[in-house]
Amino acid sequence: MSILIDETKRVLVQGITGREGMARTRLMKEYGTNVVAGCTPGRGGGDVEGIPVYDTVLEAWEEAGPLDVSVLYIPAPLVKSAALEAIDAGVKLLVIIPDRVPIYDVLVIIKAAKKAGARFVGPNTLGVLSPDKGVLGMIGGRAASARSWFFPGPVGVTSRSGGITSAMAYYLAQEGIGATTLVHVGGDAVVGLPHPEVVKLFEADPDTKAVVMFGEIGTSQEEQVADLMQAGEFTKPLIAFIGGKAAKSGTRFSHAGAIIEGGRGTHEGKVERLREVGAVVVDSFGDIPKATKEVLAKLGL
Amino acid sequence: MARLHEYQGKELLKSQKVPVPRGGMASTPEEARRLAEELGGEVMVKAQAWVTGRASMGGIRRAATPHEAESVAREMLGMTVKGFTVEQVLVEERLDIEREFYAGVIIDDRARAPVVIFSSAGGTGIEEIALEHLDKVARLEVDIEKGLRDYQARDLVRRTGVHGKLLRDLGGMVTSLYQVARRYEARTAEINPIVVTTDEKLYAADCRITVDDYAVFRHPELGIEIAREFDRPPTELERIAYQVEATDYRGTFYFIQMADDFSRGEGYIGFHGAGGGGSMMSMDALLSRNYKLATYVDTSGNPPASKVYRAARIVMSLPGIDGYFASGSGVASQEQFHSARGFVKAFMEDRLSVPAVIRLGGNMEEKAIEILKRAAPEIPAPLEAYGKDDTADFCAERLDALIKAGDIKELPAPSPRPEPKEPYTFESPTGTVIYDHAVCDTCESKVCVKTCVRQILQLEDGRPVLNISLEDAKRGRCIECLACEVECHFEGAGGGFVDLPTPGLEECREGLLKQ
Repeated sequence: MSILIDETKRVLVQGITGREGMARTRLMKEYGTNVVAGCTPGRGGGDVEGIPVYDTVLEAWEEAGPLDVSVLYIPAPLVKSAALEAIDAGVKLLVIIPDRVPIYDVLVIIKAAKKAGARFVGPNTLGVLSPDKGVLGMIGGRAASARSWFFPGPVGVTSRSGGITSAMAYYLAQEGIGATTLVHVGGDAVVGLPHPEVVKLFEADPDTKAVVMFGEIGTSQEEQVADLMQAGEFTKPLIAFIGGKAAKSGTRFSHAGAIIEGGRGTHEGKVERLREVGAVVVDSFGDIPKATKEVLAKLGL
Repeated sequence: MARLHEYQGKELLKSQKVPVPRGGMASTPEEARRLAEELGGEVMVKAQAWVTGRASMGGIRRAATPHEAESVAREMLGMTVKGFTVEQVLVEERLDIEREFYAGVIIDDRARAPVVIFSSAGGTGIEEIALEHLDKVARLEVDIEKGLRDYQARDLVRRTGVHGKLLRDLGGMVTSLYQVARRYEARTAEINPIVVTTDEKLYAADCRITVDDYAVFRHPELGIEIAREFDRPPTELERIAYQVEATDYRGTFYFIQMADDFSRGEGYIGFHGAGGGGSMMSMDALLSRNYKLATYVDTSGNPPASKVYRAARIVMSLPGIDGYFASGSGVASQEQFHSARGFVKAFMEDRLSVPAVIRLGGNMEEKAIEILKRAAPEIPAPLEAYGKDDTADFCAERLDALIKAGDIKELPAPSPRPEPKEPYTFESPTGTVIYDHAVCDTCESKVCVKTCVRQILQLEDGRPVLNISLEDAKRGRCIECLACEVECHFEGAGGGFVDLPTPGLEECREGLLKQ
């Protein structure tokens, strides 16, 4: 099994006729993702990589059949409208690729998604990839690269950095450790599926035996994962690395930030909190594969 | 995040009918005196700088007379606080403070909503108060669709133990603050303190607003020059880099100058990363070897070669760097040979004179490494290229060794590019492609046609020309992959060149060299 994406999910690409949309549609299709429709207002009737293009998401749904996922390659200022269109049409999972989406637009999308029972990855995400099953977004860049870098296995990967998502999975694969799914939660302060939501999905996936997480300073995502572990809502072994130790602290928070965070968000705070609840936090990024191997060995894998 | 000055924030509050102290801005001591005369009585003189703790640094002072206001302003104007030169002071009526409160709005990542905070104790040390006196602080998540209702704001204030007319007025101020935050898309908006005067009037005595960088484009009225988090005015190079970013949407280019006024031998490195996570680890690898960062650059999200070229040239504009280190996550999804061509063009044009280690791991890295290695003999400084199986730590170690070895080749200066005898030109999205067909006639390989990533070139009588319209090339079908220059230089006859100007860079470089 895997989370979020496999070879059966029916995928729509919004902005399929743009530079990135076209290039990544090829990657997704060649890797095995079931891309069934594209959407660009004003460009309906054509096709990209053999995939029919429609003017609206509803039209795509009516013509091409039900859609499980929409991947958005849309200029940031237009993302809100495109995301609301997909949510209103009934799509339950969105992957919002672009960066620089205004934060209040993200909050509006969050609210709409919540109401509709939908969820989204991103914005500012490289996407999601389940080895040998499917990819949403641009992880791997080319299908051939993605195939040579990743293979299926027992580890779920979740990361706040796009490049590190691939890097962790690649370095794990070099040590013979495969993955169920890789998730880049997105680089922004507020994202649709932050670490705590992703580990809950991994908890429910029987094939995921352990989770590897790349955290960063700022936000409270890693602390929330620790809270879930403490509450017994996430019970699988967690191997984590927190980036940003050298970054100067204290510069980005306002008074309000300090009041809200109350000392959370720092490198030290995250490492301590995660260790407290039993996570394996490595001090050096290069130690992740070894630590993961040891954790899996204890599980008899 | 784009910060607003106190006076700018207060203007926004005023537009929502929030009372602020009477006052005005002064750029000269004389203006400060005039303002003080107009206001009458005692005034406060407040340095406008994006820093916290202004009072303790002498940035907020009382002046009893217009004459004193003038002399205080004279001391403040031009003073440097945390690297920021004070160019303006705010002169305001002095309030007789009876009591202080705090109000703030922040986007909370945990709630994934705006959160409004109110404290019945305000002023300095609000963070400590919030931790120690939980009963004095109340917070409320705001429904982004409905906004903050006035009765919700009043109830928020009630929860901190405030009642009566004061509750009603403070509730109104909190509602207005939220409206300002929402309208101008603030990541944070704070009034600290809200002052109640001895004659029972309410004022927003200070204001800090940071606007969401990504929303700045929707608010030209705010006049924000660079939508980035700076605790000082941007440097000339930062202005130039921001223009490159603002005029080219393809991929990300983030540039921060981390140091100023340094020279060779002090251990400053031009750092050029790709992607936040990998860049942080790569910087750690440098810092742990006692190097310092001259720049923090991020080119990621699949930028064209032309953007990487401009980024590299901006970094090389700092004459004092001891080395160039490019390293990202190591396993990038973007096709890395684009960046490689950008680096090669920049390093050759600027005749790179400090050692460089370029780690371009990821998609198509073999090609990227080959492109860099092929150029190394033609560049005075040593240049090494690595991929995903070499760690950032190993690459930092290599750069350290190269800097210590100090082997710079003596290469003859290249002759200037001759005027094309038979020019053929077309415009790319941010530059101009220039062929000399007289040279192309002597070329056997015609490598440019084969290697053009978008395959927009064809041969006509043995000469490369566009196979699309000029408009389509300019509009973006030409992705500025730079194959027509870089591949042509190494594998062809050298008839292709891409002119990619960076406005302001040459002038800025002259200035930096003079310093």
